[in-house]
Amino acid sequence: MKPVNPLVRAGRWLRWYVREFTDESAYDRYVAHVRQHQGPDAEIPSRKEFERRRTDAREGDPREGFRCC
Amino acid sequence: MPSTAQSASKLSPRSIAVWTAVALIGAAGWAMLALARGEEISAAWMVAAALGSYAIGYRFYARFIATRVLRVDKTRATPAERLDNGIDFHPTDRRVLLGHHFAAIAGAGPLVGPVLAAQMGYLPGTIWIIVGVIFAGAVQDMVTLFFSMRRDGKSLGQMAREEIGPIGGAAALLAVLAIMIILLAVLALVVVNALAESPWGTFSIGMTIPIALFMGFYLRVLRPGRVTEVSLIGIALLLLALVSGRWVAESSWADTFTLEPSTLVIWILVYSFVASILPVWMLLAPRDYLSTFMKIGTIGLLAVGVVVTLPTMKMDGITDFAGVGDGPVFAGSLFPFVFITIACGALSGFHALISSGTTPKMIQKETQIRMIGYGSMLMESFVAIMAMVAASIIDPGLYFAMNAPAGVIGDNVQAASEAVRSFGYSISPDQLAAAAKAVEEHSLLSRTGGAPTLAIGVSNIFSEVVGGAGMKAFWYHFAIMFEALFILTALDAGTRVGRFMLQDMLGNVYKPFRRVSWWPGLLISSAAIVALWGYFLWVGVHEPLGGINQLFPLFGIANQLLAAVALAVCTTLLVKSGRLKWAWVTAVPLVWDAVVTLTASWQKVFSTDPKVGFFQQRANYQDAIDQGKVLPPAKSMDDMHTVVTNSTVDGVLSALFAILVIVVLADAARTCVRAVRDPQGTRMHEAPYEKSKLVEPAGLIATKEEKAEQAEHEAALAGAGPHGPGTGGDSR
Repeated sequence: MKPVNPLVRAGRWLRWYVREFTDESAYDRYVAHVRQHQGPDAEIPSRKEFERRRTDAREGDPREGFRCC
Repeated sequence: MPSTAQSASKLSPRSIAVWTAVALIGAAGWAMLALARGEEISAAWMVAAALGSYAIGYRFYARFIATRVLRVDKTRATPAERLDNGIDFHPTDRRVLLGHHFAAIAGAGPLVGPVLAAQMGYLPGTIWIIVGVIFAGAVQDMVTLFFSMRRDGKSLGQMAREEIGPIGGAAALLAVLAIMIILLAVLALVVVNALAESPWGTFSIGMTIPIALFMGFYLRVLRPGRVTEVSLIGIALLLLALVSGRWVAESSWADTFTLEPSTLVIWILVYSFVASILPVWMLLAPRDYLSTFMKIGTIGLLAVGVVVTLPTMKMDGITDFAGVGDGPVFAGSLFPFVFITIACGALSGFHALISSGTTPKMIQKETQIRMIGYGSMLMESFVAIMAMVAASIIDPGLYFAMNAPAGVIGDNVQAASEAVRSFGYSISPDQLAAAAKAVEEHSLLSRTGGAPTLAIGVSNIFSEVVGGAGMKAFWYHFAIMFEALFILTALDAGTRVGRFMLQDMLGNVYKPFRRVSWWPGLLISSAAIVALWGYFLWVGVHEPLGGINQLFPLFGIANQLLAAVALAVCTTLLVKSGRLKWAWVTAVPLVWDAVVTLTASWQKVFSTDPKVGFFQQRANYQDAIDQGKVLPPAKSMDDMHTVVTNSTVDGVLSALFAILVIVVLADAARTCVRAVRDPQGTRMHEAPYEKSKLVEPAGLIATKEEKAEQAEHEAALAGAGPHGPGTGGDSR
């Protein structure tokens, strides 16, 4: 195994954490999920379409993602 | 039981030494807080007492609840694993979910409550924040999370209906809606009090609207999904708006942004109504990103600031108001009103709404509920401790001048100085004027609601780290902006949730209401919700007796009663699942919470002290009206009539909350008794067991055994073939 500079490692970890925390990685996760379950040729929405669907879902049930006082 | 033997054998000499040290640090903190009399002590002791106690509570009590009471099972697949759809159900890294969950439960509540409770000194509030979170608040969050997770992420209302019964369920639902209305009104009132007559604050908060619209457009059209970059742009624009707020306040535009409270109320109502009917992507989603970043950032900065500067506390440990109960900030004696006022930092019913719903759908492993449910709540409690520190380090004279209602304190610095002297503290008129000038505000008198006081404390702490006295005004408005930002977001989101519940209820009468896309229904129910909380906001702003003084106890009572509902659901579920022997874990906090809160409701309805009892207040003012007299702090006959109407509404509402919760408690008790009498006949709605294929650590840092187990699992997967690298990057 190649030793990785701890700073690079920390930077990568931070980037991963921020992407996960903000749910920026939601699209990649969804694509991976669809590919895994429906095979590599599965029909995949574009990122724009996916993000639209995701925000619009909150319209349907505003309790999702509700924050507290 | 095998787990007992395991945990007993785990106490190595090293861990005994470590935990003894932790206990000693906590005990030293408590000793200093309790024994210091008549001298100023460092906030370091409060931090030590809090962190030491949290560590012990988390290590021993939370672990006991997870393993012995709930018997979390790491071999059991969670809903995230079983129902994984790549969208709302998906196994989320525990550290990410901790962040999500904490960001969702933390808000204005834990910051405002302790500031108001500081009127009785820092000690009573601090004790309840720490003891309450360990034995009640964190327990409620974790146990609710557990039971919702076992039911595929069902909401609290659904669990109440299915597990307690239709009557209890309906009462719980109605209680949630009523509580939401009061919550929104009080939060809005906090914003109005912080922004009134403050052109700097009003301008910078106003600018958040175009900033959010721009971010929404960016995410919708330009670069969908790039949340991090748009948030960074947003934060930069926000800071620009904050800095330019000062220029505006010093320019000829200042008058345009100097708004009276009643004007602000109108603006806030219009904003909330329009925002709640706009599509989510336009305002709500981008504002959510902004306020989350600001929230995490400010809380982080505050923690660093408190630990680095370790300020000394100027407030007394216990003030005279604790005993007599005639304080100017809120009326009533220490028991029960300190517990009502602290609210979110120690025990918050609202967290049960978050713990049932979003979070349980994302949890990877049952064993992680301790870290996420209990751990997040400990963090929230620490936020409350920091708010208490911020309120206690400012001059007590200034504290009372800022938090007493205008009717008591007068409208000029001389009168305020006199009034403060009558409370037993002193501050000169010049000092009051200088304090306002230091943060570039016209006046700090009667800036009730907690936010401005907190902002003064925060600006004192931050300016010591960055910028010195010259930056005080900036940090003050930074803190105001941060609170107002997420309160305005909460008004929008809360109105939507209230509307959704109302649509659901009206749907029983007239079907189309249930269709969320039916425009007339949408408009009518949004307007109804805004009108309901708007009424209380309007009343609060025009209340001669002080809006916060009258309404905050209602908010606290509502929140604590919601906690009683959550704890009742948890207790019922413990009993129904054959764990009667352990039911005290939630039953004891339930009894305590019910006693405290119903006592407070009782006093608010029946007390003969007109400062506390709403109906006594009403009677006194009505008698005076009949005799043609004007009672201070009312200034005119109109004021007198306002007081009579408001006291009646507030009194009726206090009684209504209490009755709803008593119905839930009675129905829960009935269900428990039946379950004990006939254990065979009970029906649980738990999702059936399925074996988990995931291997993940339980705590924040993986133990040696967990790492070995994970490595073994990964080796087995690699051997098996196709499901190779997994997702999530290089974290594992």
